[in-house]
Amino acid sequence: MLGRTASSLFWMSRYHERAQNVARLLEVAYRGAIISHRGQEHGTHWTFALTCSGCEAEFSEKYDELGIRNLAFFLLFSKENSVSVRNSLELARNNARAVRTGITAELWEAINTTWIEFTEVNPQTITQERLPDFLAWVNQRAHLFRGALLNTVLRNDGYFFSQMGNFVERADNTARILNTQYWSLLPDSDILDDGSMEKYQWSAILRALSGRRSYRFAYPNARLKAFNIAEFLILRKEMPRSLAHCYNWIADTAEDLSQFYSSQEPSLAMAKEIAKSLSEKQMREIYQDGLHEFLSDFIGRNNQFAFELSKDYNFS
Amino acid sequence: MADDRTFFNEMLDDAGGPRSPYSRLATWLEDKPANFLTKKSRDAETIFRRLGITFAVYGAEEATERLIPFDPIPRIISASEWRKLSAGIDQRVRALNAFMHDIYHRQEILRAGIIPADLILQNEAFLPEMAGFTPARKVYAHIIGTDLVRVSENEFYVLEDNTRTPSGVSYMMENRETMMRLFPELFQTHAVAPVEQYPELLRRTLESVAPDPSKSAQTIVVLTPGIYNSAYFEHAFLADSMGVELVEGRDLFVDAGKVFMRTTREPEQVDVIYRRIDDAFLDPLTFNADSMLGVPGLFDAYRAGNVTICNAPGTGIADDKAIYAYVPDIIEFYTGQKPILNNVPTWNCSRADDLAYVLDNLEDIVVKEVHGSGGYGMLIGPTASKREIAEFRKVLEATPSNYIAQPTLALSACPTHVASGVAPRHVDLRPFVLIGDQVRITPGGLTRVALKKGSLVVNSSQGGGTKDTWVLED
Repeated sequence: MLGRTASSLFWMSRYHERAQNVARLLEVAYRGAIISHRGQEHGTHWTFALTCSGCEAEFSEKYDELGIRNLAFFLLFSKENSVSVRNSLELARNNARAVRTGITAELWEAINTTWIEFTEVNPQTITQERLPDFLAWVNQRAHLFRGALLNTVLRNDGYFFSQMGNFVERADNTARILNTQYWSLLPDSDILDDGSMEKYQWSAILRALSGRRSYRFAYPNARLKAFNIAEFLILRKEMPRSLAHCYNWIADTAEDLSQFYSSQEPSLAMAKEIAKSLSEKQMREIYQDGLHEFLSDFIGRNNQFAFELSKDYNFS
Repeated sequence: MADDRTFFNEMLDDAGGPRSPYSRLATWLEDKPANFLTKKSRDAETIFRRLGITFAVYGAEEATERLIPFDPIPRIISASEWRKLSAGIDQRVRALNAFMHDIYHRQEILRAGIIPADLILQNEAFLPEMAGFTPARKVYAHIIGTDLVRVSENEFYVLEDNTRTPSGVSYMMENRETMMRLFPELFQTHAVAPVEQYPELLRRTLESVAPDPSKSAQTIVVLTPGIYNSAYFEHAFLADSMGVELVEGRDLFVDAGKVFMRTTREPEQVDVIYRRIDDAFLDPLTFNADSMLGVPGLFDAYRAGNVTICNAPGTGIADDKAIYAYVPDIIEFYTGQKPILNNVPTWNCSRADDLAYVLDNLEDIVVKEVHGSGGYGMLIGPTASKREIAEFRKVLEATPSNYIAQPTLALSACPTHVASGVAPRHVDLRPFVLIGDQVRITPGGLTRVALKKGSLVVNSSQGGGTKDTWVLED
């Protein structure tokens, strides 16, 4: 396989995952906009979506007013926002197009149809009322992409590189959301039981990571607690967006690649090491060493891993 | 304009009855409800769009990826018509390859005075770098798309030979796939010669011209300029259906005179490159130093016999519009036979007599730029305005040697789905030829159709569409 092909497959998946993540953040902002909390301004929910997706500065450069319409346009359709759903879908499709020969017809059709239908939408028609349906559609299309990948693609190197892109992005997204909100997840905030503020952050975080309901199953007897939420999203392997889960996949996939090519590369050792440290960690230790420090360090190591991978397999 | 002339209607004879290859189709068409074809056209468009069968239009930012309009009514050619056409094409492509071998070696045809030496030696399409080099099996143009037009029952003309990097074969194949999905019943009542073997035959052709054909496995690649190229879909399609890598220039490098591709593991040596980029962009060291697309050192590796490039560099000389007029002589010179297929009579504007005639008759003829393609830079006298003709006249007088001229041909017409129902529209035909250990011609080809009433311009960049082309088996 060409190094460029490996790179395109990695980024094709990565941008799809990103599009879905940004859509979910917008969904959280939308909920915030319609549910009014005690004396709380909508702005809080909207800023949450911007900081978590890392485009707060870009937004304030462009807009004076923070409203759900501006926000929705910026996160969904703007060409000037590097992480907008539009830009991610376009980049995902361009990467897929560059490897047309390396993906199945089903996968290509899923990607291409998403792009065609997305570009046919007039942003003006996505009013606040239509927003939830549209976001649900974006979400479904992302699931269709994953489904086509999992169900139709041969388990060879191309599949492994696609998986890598998916889980590197997902780990990055989870870690970033936690890191921008880390102060709300410090165990101390449990003691200050003045309610809504922290709780809003918690449920927003869980929603942004599709974990609102599954949290209830993972912690059947506990109400929302910062400690549990942090543990759930960092260390619990059964949570499909937790850092531990992502690195289990990544380590397994690195092992698959190494068997496929019959060679041991530095990225394999690195993936195994990160997965191992996550599986051995206790939440208490993380708090002791500092949650913010831990998350910042993880984001750096995740980037480093992606870089190692691209070196080991000649991405270009 | 052209509508005022008589033209050959491929489906209906002068009495209005169907000609024999079309008899079943005509009956089938008759009892279809009015909106039947409209609905089928929409189905076809959905299929094409979902599969991403698009082409890019340069300079049109809004619609950088467009569909070529697809007409759902097939164009039908009988077995006997096809036998004559394919014999003529076979003769022509063999002669053109012999011609290229000659002008890049002893130049007998120039010594014999058949073609003026300047026309070759001063021609931009002639690559002196190719002189003295003999490609595998002496084949220069491995993939040719011969453009044909029909003017009467038994008269076909060759319009262009397309010996560089002809495109359109993916449309030939996808059009057929789409037709089989839309109208399975028609394939039960017509014995249509298949086209699906093309990628396999292309692969065999490329393998047969590898530097060392005895090697058990040849590494073949398709070289594309990238996803923004107008024919990118086709490049991907061909690589995919042959089961080979689709590479860009940056995926290849030359080491010790051999060509390798950068893979996720060890570099892999490449034996045959089916290139879909122009000569000028192949190798910045030999040709265009500014090229971002090429592979430095590729040409040396080629001349060292370590890799085969298909089509060979320098094949543009065989489809140069200034050389075109000499192709009948070329055929006679190298095959000793009369051409089976006719050339369109051509005036060479670099000759004073010809230029005078062309200037006197601009309203009636077609003038083409010698190095132009895609229907750009041409004048179609009968449909041009007075002003367009006046402007073109100035350009032509200033640089006559840039132009050739031909009579306006009454292109044949085929039944085509239009807003008002079914009406005749003018068509041409591009069959695809593979030349390696054998000459292989896929029965059928790409029919391009001018969708505008009376229009003679079939190019997709100028609003033309395509049709599936059926060659009936006996």
